[in-house]
Amino acid sequence: MAADTARGARKAGRYALLIALAVVVLFPIYAVVLQALKTGPDSLDHPRSLLPVDLTLSTIRAAWDQGDLGRLLLNSMFVSIVVTIGVVITSLLAAYAFAFLQFPFKGPLFVAFLATMLVPTEVTVVINERTADSLGWINSYQGLIVPSLASTFGVFLVRQVFLQLPGELREAAALDGVGHLRFLWEVAAPLSRPTLGALGLFTFLGTWNAYLWPSQVIRGDRAHETIQIGLERLKNSDISKINLVTGGLVVAALPIFIMLVLFQRQLVRGLTAGAVKG
Amino acid sequence: MDCVAQVRLEHISKTFGDGADAVLAVDDVTLDIEHHEFMILLGPSGCGKSTLLRMVAGLEDPSAGDVFIADRRVNDIEPKQRDVAMVFQSYALYPHKTVAANIEFPLKVRGVGKAQRATEARAAAEVLGLEQQLKRKPGQLSGGQRQRVALARAIVRNPAVFLMDEPLSNLDAKLRGDTRAELVDLHRRLDSTFIYVTHDQIEAMTMGTRVAVLNNGRLQQVGTPQDVYDRPATAFVAQFIGTPPMNLLPPGMLGTDDVQVGIRPEHLRLVPGGQLHATVKQVEHLGHEILLVADANGAKVVARLDPSEFVPEVGDPVAFDADPGRLHRFSTTTGERVS
Repeated sequence: MAADTARGARKAGRYALLIALAVVVLFPIYAVVLQALKTGPDSLDHPRSLLPVDLTLSTIRAAWDQGDLGRLLLNSMFVSIVVTIGVVITSLLAAYAFAFLQFPFKGPLFVAFLATMLVPTEVTVVINERTADSLGWINSYQGLIVPSLASTFGVFLVRQVFLQLPGELREAAALDGVGHLRFLWEVAAPLSRPTLGALGLFTFLGTWNAYLWPSQVIRGDRAHETIQIGLERLKNSDISKINLVTGGLVVAALPIFIMLVLFQRQLVRGLTAGAVKG
Repeated sequence: MDCVAQVRLEHISKTFGDGADAVLAVDDVTLDIEHHEFMILLGPSGCGKSTLLRMVAGLEDPSAGDVFIADRRVNDIEPKQRDVAMVFQSYALYPHKTVAANIEFPLKVRGVGKAQRATEARAAAEVLGLEQQLKRKPGQLSGGQRQRVALARAIVRNPAVFLMDEPLSNLDAKLRGDTRAELVDLHRRLDSTFIYVTHDQIEAMTMGTRVAVLNNGRLQQVGTPQDVYDRPATAFVAQFIGTPPMNLLPPGMLGTDDVQVGIRPEHLRLVPGGQLHATVKQVEHLGHEILLVADANGAKVVARLDPSEFVPEVGDPVAFDADPGRLHRFSTTTGERVS
């Protein structure tokens, strides 16, 4: 009886903690959505009001029109999808080479490859920007996309999964006459689907939310702006509508929210990959 | 007419590693395997039997020597072009493909049309009683069924040589017994050569048309299971084949002078006044027989008795005798059979 009570108290304590954490995580989202659903004057008059009164979509509509959010979303969607597909393909190919092929200096090459993860993005931005400039890629999709098409983390992640595949599968395939590309396409990649899904999702989120590199490579060319660059412009556009940018934020976050809902299982699997047996 | 060996291994050696770390896994093995033979490569773990099989498959390159399949030297030929199929210990099925897709896969790789693939896969599945499992994934099958899918995937290729690397070792004892019989039946029905690796002497004795026994990378003996049992070529073979193993007594026992003498437990008789004096250490009642474990001047002796015989008790002094024709003599230095 006493044991049941103690167990119940522990459970209640755990739930209280989880609820508190959920509030901490969800509060900023609630605040942003609430601001976005207020009119400009209302958000200026009652900036700290947390009660949903007189909600309207007018701010979001204004943000959509003034910020040209439709165009920005399309740009971001295009860039994110191409980068995601590119990263998954280059990660698969490079990981396959590091996992299954034998070539001179394979070990040192992989270590050197991994070492690039230690270099912060900020360090490489200037030189990359100069390279993009010299290639004529400023204000272009190439400039936004190509530098992100390969990911050291992606190669490392997929290689680890490939190394866990039984060696006998590769040998059985070799006896069946299966070449490298076919083995990659028909066996290794399908068996790594949860990891590839997680890698794709992380890459998509990272590209969608990227600000630093797009801000360097897109210089006032609205046709190629991504949503994060556009939001920065929106923030400075109309001082009387202080919450215009929150309306834009809600629009910018919506696709990400939908992706997370649709692919949350992949995300969890990716986060726990290799952490648990089986 | 000369019969061309289906698989011929000539002075095959395989070394792993370099310099001081080098390990000689296979040491100068020469072996002829005839067409439609069921050859068993038998030996303890680490004796080189799987390495030898993998060299026939082309998954390992020999360090020295030549591999011939159907009289064609295949050392430099890719595994897929050797006309061999292999069944692995872990079955190596593609877990994301259905049974039908697994069986069809080698045909798909060869560019066989979809309809013909399906027909041939179904025929192979029927041979192994897998018709009901075609739409399932390997994860939904029992160990025995998975093993049969691996066999079907090999059969569908219609290879000249089947290579099997301990394919029954993941099955439970009963299923292993059933599958042994199925494999023998399969071998009878197919016009292929089987090379089968195992460390299980029961599999070797019951399935093989011939057995090649290996130890420390060296070929010890090749012969029919009965030959190997009746006339072991070395002391190692004598003790490796047979349960319980052959008694190996030091020189001076059972009327021998300078050689080790071997005697099977079933060939020892309890005779008052027999030559070999011992003290009973253990009596094991197995129902259909009794195993008497005794100590003869420090040498362990096991005798197989009929339950209807007089059975001494632990601690009793006993005397054994044996028909001289049943004795096996081995050199004390080389371990090789003397007579």
